[in-house]
Amino acid sequence: MTVVLAYAPGDLGTATARSAGRSAALLGSKVVIVNATRADRLVDPRWADEAELAHVIEILDEAQVGHEVRHLKSGALPADVVLEVAEEVAAELIVVGLRRRTPVGKLVLGSTPQQILLRANCPVLAVKA
Amino acid sequence: MDNLSALMEGFATVAQPMYLLYALFGVFIGTAVGVLPGIGPAMTIALLLPLTYSLDATAAIIVFAGIYYGGMYGGSTTSILLNTPGESASIVTALEGHKMARLGRGAAALATAAIGSFVAGTIATVLLTLVAPVMAKWAVQLGEPDYFALMIVAFITVGALLGKSVSRGMVALALGLFLGLMGTDTLTGQQRFTFGVPNLADGLSVVIVAVGLFAVGEALYVASRLRHGPVHVIPVEKGWRSWMKPEDWRRSWKPWLRGTAIGFPVGTIPAGGADVATFLSYATERKLAGKHKDQFGKGAIEGVAGPESANNAAASGVLVPLLTLGLPTTATAAIIIVAFQSYGIQPGPMLFQTQSSLVWALIASLYVGNLMLIVLNLPLVGMWVKVLQIPRHYLYAGILLFGALGSYALNFSPIDVLILLVIGVVGFFMRRYGYPVAPMVVGMILGPMAEDRLRRSLTISQGDLSYLVTSPFAATAYVSILVIVGLGLWLKSREKRANAELSRLGEEIREESQSQEVN
Repeated sequence: MTVVLAYAPGDLGTATARSAGRSAALLGSKVVIVNATRADRLVDPRWADEAELAHVIEILDEAQVGHEVRHLKSGALPADVVLEVAEEVAAELIVVGLRRRTPVGKLVLGSTPQQILLRANCPVLAVKA
Repeated sequence: MDNLSALMEGFATVAQPMYLLYALFGVFIGTAVGVLPGIGPAMTIALLLPLTYSLDATAAIIVFAGIYYGGMYGGSTTSILLNTPGESASIVTALEGHKMARLGRGAAALATAAIGSFVAGTIATVLLTLVAPVMAKWAVQLGEPDYFALMIVAFITVGALLGKSVSRGMVALALGLFLGLMGTDTLTGQQRFTFGVPNLADGLSVVIVAVGLFAVGEALYVASRLRHGPVHVIPVEKGWRSWMKPEDWRRSWKPWLRGTAIGFPVGTIPAGGADVATFLSYATERKLAGKHKDQFGKGAIEGVAGPESANNAAASGVLVPLLTLGLPTTATAAIIIVAFQSYGIQPGPMLFQTQSSLVWALIASLYVGNLMLIVLNLPLVGMWVKVLQIPRHYLYAGILLFGALGSYALNFSPIDVLILLVIGVVGFFMRRYGYPVAPMVVGMILGPMAEDRLRRSLTISQGDLSYLVTSPFAATAYVSILVIVGLGLWLKSREKRANAELSRLGEEIREESQSQEVN
């Protein structure tokens, strides 16, 4: 059994990584870090670089849990990528970060955590920064 | 000094709030397209041409001048922060600028690029103000064969020097000349190369060809390539205090001035435009670096300051032959000529007399645009980098839609859209096989003008071909072709050496980023 961490760089990403570490330690399972980009633009701030992934791994090492990195370039939406990985590794928990969104933002833009919350087949832990 | 008073009148025109807004719009769009790799000022002006028909000529020309200048500023941002030059004239900036950003001196690199561009742009505009009227006065005395000679000079230098290979440039030029011949002959009323299609009787619109080559062809090319993974932006420290330290000012001001001195003359001669100037400036700075020589290749501020100012000075220099002789020496200049023509204005030596208020408003808008650009650029770097987060499919779908809409709006005829797509496919294959598209557009614009001059010369001389070469100016022009092409090819070979160096540096960075992607 595993914990899937949907990771995007930033303070929120660090907070979700910490929560994922604690949860995995409680459950006695390992963490699969998922970071995905659709690679359809020149600059994607949600795409983690080497240093940022190393930082996450450091956090998980501190929590003394095993980890595996899935750094994916995929045309699919990030939510689908996370759910696919969760299915594949038979996740018992998915950890996502929730951002504050303005009413207009909610109207116009989709939300990766919302998709994951609604469609996951396992419990989802939502972390606020 | 009636020129000075004319310039002041130009400032009075530009200072009207409406025209200031147009200038702001132009520099804003220009910077955005300069930042985006693959989208340049030539493509943008071509796309906007049909949409600006409802504006008066002054407003449209001010917008286009803003785009032209803005593009020169915007390119440096992506070069420095992402090592992905936004346009060809900023390739050299990436050499030192990206190294500086990786050392945490990105803000200083951006600042020296922007301030250098401002200094060079302003000095070069002053030079333009002084040189252009004198040159126009002299150019009025030229006869028909002299003009024909000048156009031959432009054809050969643009064809030989705008692309990577001389023969491919010439092929593109010939294709452009052919397209320019299509339609009804103005003297005899014969149909030429219309293949019996009535829609071609009026000839092909240059706007459709330009949009097809620059916008549709480019969009298809980008769509055909493998998707590249996202690139990481190097964060820049906030606050104006981190921009330039006294040390940076001391090391930058000389390269700024040297860059201007190199850029302006190179811009005025038809030798490949701004990119040649940047390579020359980089080589000069490297030679003159003195005790900082070992810093070159590792992030020397001189290597950013010089080329960036050279690039902007050359942009002003290009306007000298454009406004005084009607000769375009770069792709963007060619499109600006089309813009003039679409308002029924023929750029040439008479421009300073017949359209004096328009020309001086254009020159005044360059001063104002420069000022706007430095204000826009430095504090808003974060916003320009956000432009790069636009997904490619939205961007290029938008470009295709704009292009199709614009070409339909020309005559409200669906045939034009069809022609646009055909030319777009031709443009894609030219891009794919390394044929430059700029000589094609130049050939198409200058071709009919040159034909006109040639036939008038021959009418005057009653068919005597020697009339074409006997005037001292024309003879000098033909000899200068050899000199300019020789000089240009020599510069190109130096550029190639610098390019090899650049690709080596690029390779290193790519390898690093690949090793990043593996795990």
